[in-house]
Amino acid sequence: MKKIIYLFFASGAFLMLIHLSGCKPKNAGDATGSDAAGRTYVPPGKYDELYNFVSGGFSGQVSVYGIPSGRLLRVIPVFSQDAEKGWGYSEETKPMLNTSHGEIPWGDQHHLDLSQTNGEIDGRWLFANENNTPRIARIDLKTFRTTEIIEIPNGAGNHSSPFITENTEYVVAGTRFSVPMDYENGDVPISSYKKNFKGTISFISVAPTNGEMKIAFQMLLPGMNFDLSHSGKGPSSGWFFFSCYNSEQAHTLLEVNASKRDKDYILAVNWKKAAEYVKQGKGKKVKANFAHNTYSESTHTATSKMESEVTLIDVRDFPDLVYMIPCPKSPHGCDVDPTGEYIVGSGKLAALIPVFSFSKIQNAIANKTYDGSYGGIPVLKYEAALYGEVKKPGLGPLHTEFDGKGNAYTTFFISSEIVKWNVKDLKVLDRQPTYYSPGHLTIPGGDTRKPYGKYLVAYNKITKDRFLPTGPELAQSAQLFDISGDKMKLLLDYPTIGEPHYAQMVPAELISKNSQKIFRLDENKHPYVTMGEKNSKVTREGNKVHVYMTAMRSHFSPDNIEGVKLGDEVYFHVTNLEQDWDVPHGFGVKGNKNAELLIMPGETTTLKWVPEKVGIYPIYCTDFCSALHQEMQGYVRVSAKGSKVPISFSLGKNSEAADEILKK
Amino acid sequence: MKSTDLTTTNRIIVLVCGLALFVVLFVPLWQIELAAPQYPEGLVLKMYPNKIAGNVDIINGLNHYIGMKTLHTEDFVEFAILPYIITFFAVLSLAVGLFLRTFKWLLGLFSLFVIFGIVAMADFWRWEYQYGHDLDPNAAINVPGMSYQPPLIGYKQLLNFGAYSVPDIGGWIFIVVGLGLLVAVVLQFKHKKQFK
Repeated sequence: MKKIIYLFFASGAFLMLIHLSGCKPKNAGDATGSDAAGRTYVPPGKYDELYNFVSGGFSGQVSVYGIPSGRLLRVIPVFSQDAEKGWGYSEETKPMLNTSHGEIPWGDQHHLDLSQTNGEIDGRWLFANENNTPRIARIDLKTFRTTEIIEIPNGAGNHSSPFITENTEYVVAGTRFSVPMDYENGDVPISSYKKNFKGTISFISVAPTNGEMKIAFQMLLPGMNFDLSHSGKGPSSGWFFFSCYNSEQAHTLLEVNASKRDKDYILAVNWKKAAEYVKQGKGKKVKANFAHNTYSESTHTATSKMESEVTLIDVRDFPDLVYMIPCPKSPHGCDVDPTGEYIVGSGKLAALIPVFSFSKIQNAIANKTYDGSYGGIPVLKYEAALYGEVKKPGLGPLHTEFDGKGNAYTTFFISSEIVKWNVKDLKVLDRQPTYYSPGHLTIPGGDTRKPYGKYLVAYNKITKDRFLPTGPELAQSAQLFDISGDKMKLLLDYPTIGEPHYAQMVPAELISKNSQKIFRLDENKHPYVTMGEKNSKVTREGNKVHVYMTAMRSHFSPDNIEGVKLGDEVYFHVTNLEQDWDVPHGFGVKGNKNAELLIMPGETTTLKWVPEKVGIYPIYCTDFCSALHQEMQGYVRVSAKGSKVPISFSLGKNSEAADEILKK
Repeated sequence: MKSTDLTTTNRIIVLVCGLALFVVLFVPLWQIELAAPQYPEGLVLKMYPNKIAGNVDIINGLNHYIGMKTLHTEDFVEFAILPYIITFFAVLSLAVGLFLRTFKWLLGLFSLFVIFGIVAMADFWRWEYQYGHDLDPNAAINVPGMSYQPPLIGYKQLLNFGAYSVPDIGGWIFIVVGLGLLVAVVLQFKHKKQFK
């Protein structure tokens, strides 16, 4: 009998176990299709189909991946110093990180936008925002280098940026933090937020020929938090849409105090009209102080210029410029579909996705179908602007992009999934889990008039058990989906640098065909260029020692230097005389409290060194350049202050080949 | 019509040859292609009648490892006189086709052309030999017994580089012109025999 009871309980427990594990949802990894390996395999030596530019978040940089392989191709230094590449360490690049606060070694890079012509990606430039100390950078896609950084005054937390208009007329910046304006007294109680704190959005014009940026005008808005933004397209191309939250105007414990209202807003801006007003001289000029840094390709040198004025438009003075559209609840993403008619707001605390209609918005404006005003700005009636709502899509929608076939794809942070839905009938078509908690997603051309719509990459904030553990600090990740069929298929998981926020993807051909291989020596206009080994020299100007040095496989000229004394500042101006593809040289000095240089063929770069002890200091090439790379070295002698050792320099024998190139 | 006069066919052949030789002035005669693991895209030297072109600087840069002299157009007297020689043959061909329409002139032209071809190739080989053997004894890479003479025609492995030496457009035109003149000579010879 005892045995029977035993058996009874045992089988009961067994059944319960089976039952419970049966209830547990299927494990994640099974979601990949059986052909995923084949779809993401790019054989050795073959190129990826697409470039994927991914924001580096708190790394401050931009990373470049190949898709569909997920291979990291390059990290472009933008807002943070990069000792590896000498970015922010070489004399030429230090000015790029200059701001009105001085030189800042770090930035928080959130979003990217590729330049467009007629609403399509044109492959010329990539724009990147900096959130912490508001800035926008322009990266030249011929060289994959940051060529311009402009600081944005009168704001803080440049988050709704760097989104562009259809023909790259403007790139925008918007303030996440409302603050007192720079031209006002900022020494005010924080509790006077409602009175003294203002928001601004800035329109930065981009010169069509060389891309040079200029703050065309700023719009003065009520104090709140501006989040993401997007330009209209086609019929709506003259408008820009910004999501905003904290319409409660809280200044403390925002997680509670800024989440009280059912609806915040999407701000619709008639930027074409604003540009006209500014052209007519209707803006107000105010004092400002901001850095504008440009990198010259011919001198390989950046200069930082301080600008002193901006044009401000107080929207209360121009009643037909901006309108508020109620949007549930604390919206993040603000995305416009390829036709330009539908505007998708993603309320990060909402359980639905509202889709607004541009034509209905225009009617509501024309008929003044208002629901009061906010800070002097007319608020449109929610229903009058609404096309419809996607019901029960998931929890915590953040960002939406489009495939060009009438479908939208939205990330859901809280329910950790991507949901595909139809823009016309607002029906949910498919949902796939992500691992875990995606912020943004990207589809090639997914925010343009012409999406390429074959892949989708989701960027996850949490990875936990997805990769081999690396201690408490884990990488964030990207997940590649195939969206060519009715159902999305997970193809690949791969870790990313920093924190990936917004990203851009583009067919490779558009970029790769213009990619530069070398800098031409005969176009090098660097003031300290050394055109050939015969011209290499060392000169003294007071306590400044200038070394005009060349690098050529496999020696520096000169490679023996004497006459440097304590108290001197030594500047190594190294010119790489190579004119062949993929032959960079590096340069390092023992004990130098600085980084290395990486000098591309035809380029001149300068490393500063202030020796602090008497002795012999080795110098060497840090980039394995040739079979004789280990021989590419030299010595600098440092003598005591007041020493009689004269400046001298030498190299065993000049190389004929190196001087050859320069004759031409 | 005398038996020694050129037939219309042969006159046309010689005229076409003359015109073709003018083209040679503007196109490369010869090329040496170089391939190495680090140069999947390949490097090439192109010999024009008046200059060396192609990746000359890159090849000079690489040759310093083995101590080979750098290549410069100015160092070769050939590039100064070749255009005149080619022009001479072109003009002579036209003259033979238009005015000097005899078998003797044709034979003379053909013989000169063949001699020139042989001398030119011998000269080319001589330069290749000189550059391949006259190496700086202080060069970084010194393989005992190794020389770096590219092949006159065909393929040869030189350390990590495979060298492939072949005629370029101009060279091929030269060969075709030579063959054309030979055909004319043979046809004219048969024609002469018929008359007897």
